[in-house]
Amino acid sequence: MIQLVELSVNGERHDLAIEPRRTLVDVLRHDLGLTGTHVGCEHGICGACTVLVDGAPARACLIFAAQVEGAEIRTVESLSSDGELNDLQRCFSEHHGLQCGFCTPGMLMLAEGYLAEEPEPTTEEIREVVASNLCRCTGYQTIVEAIDDCAARRRAALQDRLDRRAS
Amino acid sequence: MKPAAFEYHRARSVSGAVGLLTELGDEAKIVAGGQSLVAMMNFRLARPEHLVDITHIDGLAGIRREGDTLRIGALTTHRAVEKADLGDFAVLSRAMRWVGHLPIRTRGTVGGSIAHADATAEWCLLAVLLEARILVEGPSGRREISAEEFFLGPFTTALEPDELIVELVFPRPAPRAALTEYADRKGDFALVAAAVDLDTDRIVLGGVGPVPAVVRGESYTGTTVRARAAAAADSLELRDEPGISAHYRRGLVRTLVERAYEEAARG
Repeated sequence: MIQLVELSVNGERHDLAIEPRRTLVDVLRHDLGLTGTHVGCEHGICGACTVLVDGAPARACLIFAAQVEGAEIRTVESLSSDGELNDLQRCFSEHHGLQCGFCTPGMLMLAEGYLAEEPEPTTEEIREVVASNLCRCTGYQTIVEAIDDCAARRRAALQDRLDRRAS
Repeated sequence: MKPAAFEYHRARSVSGAVGLLTELGDEAKIVAGGQSLVAMMNFRLARPEHLVDITHIDGLAGIRREGDTLRIGALTTHRAVEKADLGDFAVLSRAMRWVGHLPIRTRGTVGGSIAHADATAEWCLLAVLLEARILVEGPSGRREISAEEFFLGPFTTALEPDELIVELVFPRPAPRAALTEYADRKGDFALVAAAVDLDTDRIVLGGVGPVPAVVRGESYTGTTVRARAAAAADSLELRDEPGISAHYRRGLVRTLVERAYEEAARG
């Protein structure tokens, strides 16, 4: 059985003719060539395949692509623009929030989705959120620091814009 | 691994989904958030020939308060409950932090969790604790099943193969209730979960039997929290299992019931 699925990924529309058993992560990597999203355990434990579905972090290995027709999917490829890393990616780099890099796309999308919803997390809340994704290099400390710093910078930038508008 | 091949069917209404289930028979399975089912399919522990996708049905998600009653639509995600301001049903929001991890809670649904019927799952415990009713629809219409009669065994429920869960109905507020649990790693399935409601004097435990276990008042009389928790733990028949002794599990029950009491009293 072939299913026709119209998928919106990083603002681009794709018309797919796929088997219904094709998971979102396999579509992203094999059919669309978006290999930034990694695939690890394929049963929802490791979080390497985390992407945003309508803004919310989700495991792309636990979703059939046919199910998310009509949703807006965002992958790690959407973060940078014009070859420049975004602020979250720069924070990961500056704080050494990665070593081998395998978990990084999932961690980035997890943090991106989470910070959009919760711009003022406590360090403890960040620790709880990143517990969903496995990292076997960093010990998590530098990842938590990177996300913490990115949130602080975004708050400062927002405050700056508000101040300038007021003056 | 990759799942076995199946045919995909997208339902647009509850009656449409029931029609598909009736037509396709035993080889059909409903998929909603898929946070348990797709993992089982990837392992090929589940190999349904047909999947009926209900996530595109309008009106199955949402939380409604009607007087003392709270109604939660089957497609409501754990995350939506976690973020909702539920007033004297806040125990439900607070309990959601124990459900997997954030990216699981954004997809996993209340109805799916109840239908999956893992005996340690938070929703199964909460439904039994708060004497919820499960509203289901089948070919001959709708019926309500009480949570205590719904769970028949591990991953086994009173739901017929051609029925679909529509809504979870909580009949009365629970301002002094709490759920807590323990797992070796954050977000894992609980080794033991404990839920208490001070107003109804009920304790419900997960991880101590095939279904959420109700410990009734008479088996844990006592006037200190510690004595009651110990009595509840002692009332259970537990067996040594690989990696976890009955003694250890009983200790967990005691500790978790005490913690649940303390949290419930704080409200």
